Amino acid sequence: MKINILKTTIAALAIATVALTSASVQAAGGAPKPPKQNWSFSGLFGTFDRAAAQRGFQVYQEVCAGCHAMDLMSYRHLAGIGFSEDEIKAIAASVEVTDGPDDDGEMFERPGIPADRFLSPFPNDKAAAASNNGKVPPDLTLMTKARFNGPDYVYALLTGYKEEAPEDIEVPEGGSYNTYFPGHIIAMAPPLDDEAVEYTDGTKPTLAQHASDVTTFLAWAAEPELEERKNLGIKVMLFLLVLTGMLYAVKRQVWRDQH
Amino acid sequence: MSRQFKNPILNWVEYRLPIISFVDDSVGSGYPTPKNLNYWWNFGSLAGIVLVIMLATGIVLAMHYTAHVDHAFNSVERIMRDVNYGWLIRYIHMNGGSMFFIVVYIHLFRGMYYGSYKAPRELLWMIGVFILLAMMATAFMGYVLPWGQMSFWGATVITNLFSAIPLVGDAIVTLLWGGFSVDNPTLNRFFSLHYLLPFVIVGLVVVHLWALHEHKSNNPLGVDIKGEQDLIPFHPYYTIKDLYGMAAFLLFFMFFVFFAPNFFGEPDNYIPADPLVTPAHIVPEWYFLPYYAILRAFTGDFLVYQIISLGGLLMTAKLAGVLAMFASILLLLLLPWLDGSKVRSSKFRPYYAMAFWVFFIDCLVLGYIGGKPAEGAFIVIGQIATAYYFAHLVVIIPIVSRWERPKPIPESISAAVTDAHASKAAE
Repeated sequence: MKINILKTTIAALAIATVALTSASVQAAGGAPKPPKQNWSFSGLFGTFDRAAAQRGFQVYQEVCAGCHAMDLMSYRHLAGIGFSEDEIKAIAASVEVTDGPDDDGEMFERPGIPADRFLSPFPNDKAAAASNNGKVPPDLTLMTKARFNGPDYVYALLTGYKEEAPEDIEVPEGGSYNTYFPGHIIAMAPPLDDEAVEYTDGTKPTLAQHASDVTTFLAWAAEPELEERKNLGIKVMLFLLVLTGMLYAVKRQVWRDQH
Repeated sequence: MSRQFKNPILNWVEYRLPIISFVDDSVGSGYPTPKNLNYWWNFGSLAGIVLVIMLATGIVLAMHYTAHVDHAFNSVERIMRDVNYGWLIRYIHMNGGSMFFIVVYIHLFRGMYYGSYKAPRELLWMIGVFILLAMMATAFMGYVLPWGQMSFWGATVITNLFSAIPLVGDAIVTLLWGGFSVDNPTLNRFFSLHYLLPFVIVGLVVVHLWALHEHKSNNPLGVDIKGEQDLIPFHPYYTIKDLYGMAAFLLFFMFFVFFAPNFFGEPDNYIPADPLVTPAHIVPEWYFLPYYAILRAFTGDFLVYQIISLGGLLMTAKLAGVLAMFASILLLLLLPWLDGSKVRSSKFRPYYAMAFWVFFIDCLVLGYIGGKPAEGAFIVIGQIATAYYFAHLVVIIPIVSRWERPKPIPESISAAVTDAHASKAAE
């Protein structure tokens, strides 16, 4: 009898899991599923590769930040990927921030401080749209959470540009062909190529390296709590495992006279 | 009524407010319970536990959340990034919604399988259906609060459904929106109601338990309690069993919270709401997918629609879909009377049991279809599954339950247990 119930439960769970996964995986407008990459931060014990994330920040700052804002990020957050306090101060001070109004009611410019949000490339959405064929480049803070298979997708997109589109697809003026973009026609011109950024740590600057580094950085920006979460999660799971075992033993003991 | 204790303070309290005996008679040694409940009976207490977790985390989230279209999305992200353990509280609450429905759906199917809805537990069952409805309203409005793309468009699609109601439909929609589109007033009233409804659920749960305690739990055999020999005190037997179940359930729950927190969610909801950009696929949360499939099954050429609308004369397909969606749950209220069999448990009703499992699979199919775009074979499968859903409730159950001759049922719970032991010993 018990075994029967167990079997039914397992079967039901299996069916439910299949149903749920397939329900949550949407067809992405005819684009192929991005190939699975081996990320430092995936898995139960995954952590962000600090060096890759720091290089990724450099890629973001020198390339992506020209068009894409990261409104939820402050410079002080960069401590999370191992930048020192002085480095953060220097990074923040490299931008000019509009502040105010001062006591005279005037707005003024000052160098950035760690508490400032990342400087946006455009003063407002209208300006961003005006400079980009009428479409605002999306904010990147949550990008890897806002797409199915986020990190794999971002990497596939950055490396998925094709100079020659398939013959049956016409690429309009100002657009590019991308294998992994839903609908394939993307307004963003290929942002990265080999040697797009000269890494300060001497890593060989290839397209794949840039794409993988910036994806690691973006994944961290989207889920800065990831390491703390997994770390605490392991402890919680171990605790619950022991608790469950102990409660089961107590249950057996209490029910002994009933069996 | 009041009891005597050795401790004078307990006596002092008990004499003035018999709360100690009240608790003991409700969930303690003074509450007799059938001795043969299996693990499927854990899910009622699990639902109660999830409700408490949702209330606790929800109250904390509300301390940090801002119900304004300009700030809602960022205030949720602030909880995730800047509030101490905000990510934990929010992920527990977010996944807790899914867990609540998993637990309650199992609880509901358990009731269906073992005939827990039958006399004298009809009201107990019906209150349960109202709890489900209140949960659905709460979950729907809660999903709107982060003000992501799916929040906004889900709210737009679902509230628009009410416009199908003749004469008053548009007025209802305007009332729900607090204006002429989903906007700040909508978000504000949804936040208010999302905070209110859980306490309505608590009230319903109290009545649910009240009705439960009057005639006690049903049991896997579905036979009435014949006497003391069928019963064991709730404490310690079921308190420890429920605690064990809770720990095992928390293992499942916390795995998602810590290692796959966005498994049940839609990535689109991490994009701030934009009334000018419609997502490619608007899908509700997984627990609404079966109803969504029923809603979308009603197209102009759907045979069931043609029949109930007299060839399209009576109502539009949209209205039929909306009515069917609500009927799919409200019909459950009639289940105690649709089922004409005196025997409760499916153990003694092999044909009903078979119908039950087909119905269960049908619900999974509806859930699967609800998550797929309405095109091609998905439409046809969805329509067949929808037709079967209603056929099960209004045709198959009434006929099978009146036609089937159940297997002989045991005289009592203790008699069945003794028999089982005897046959085990004989082996």
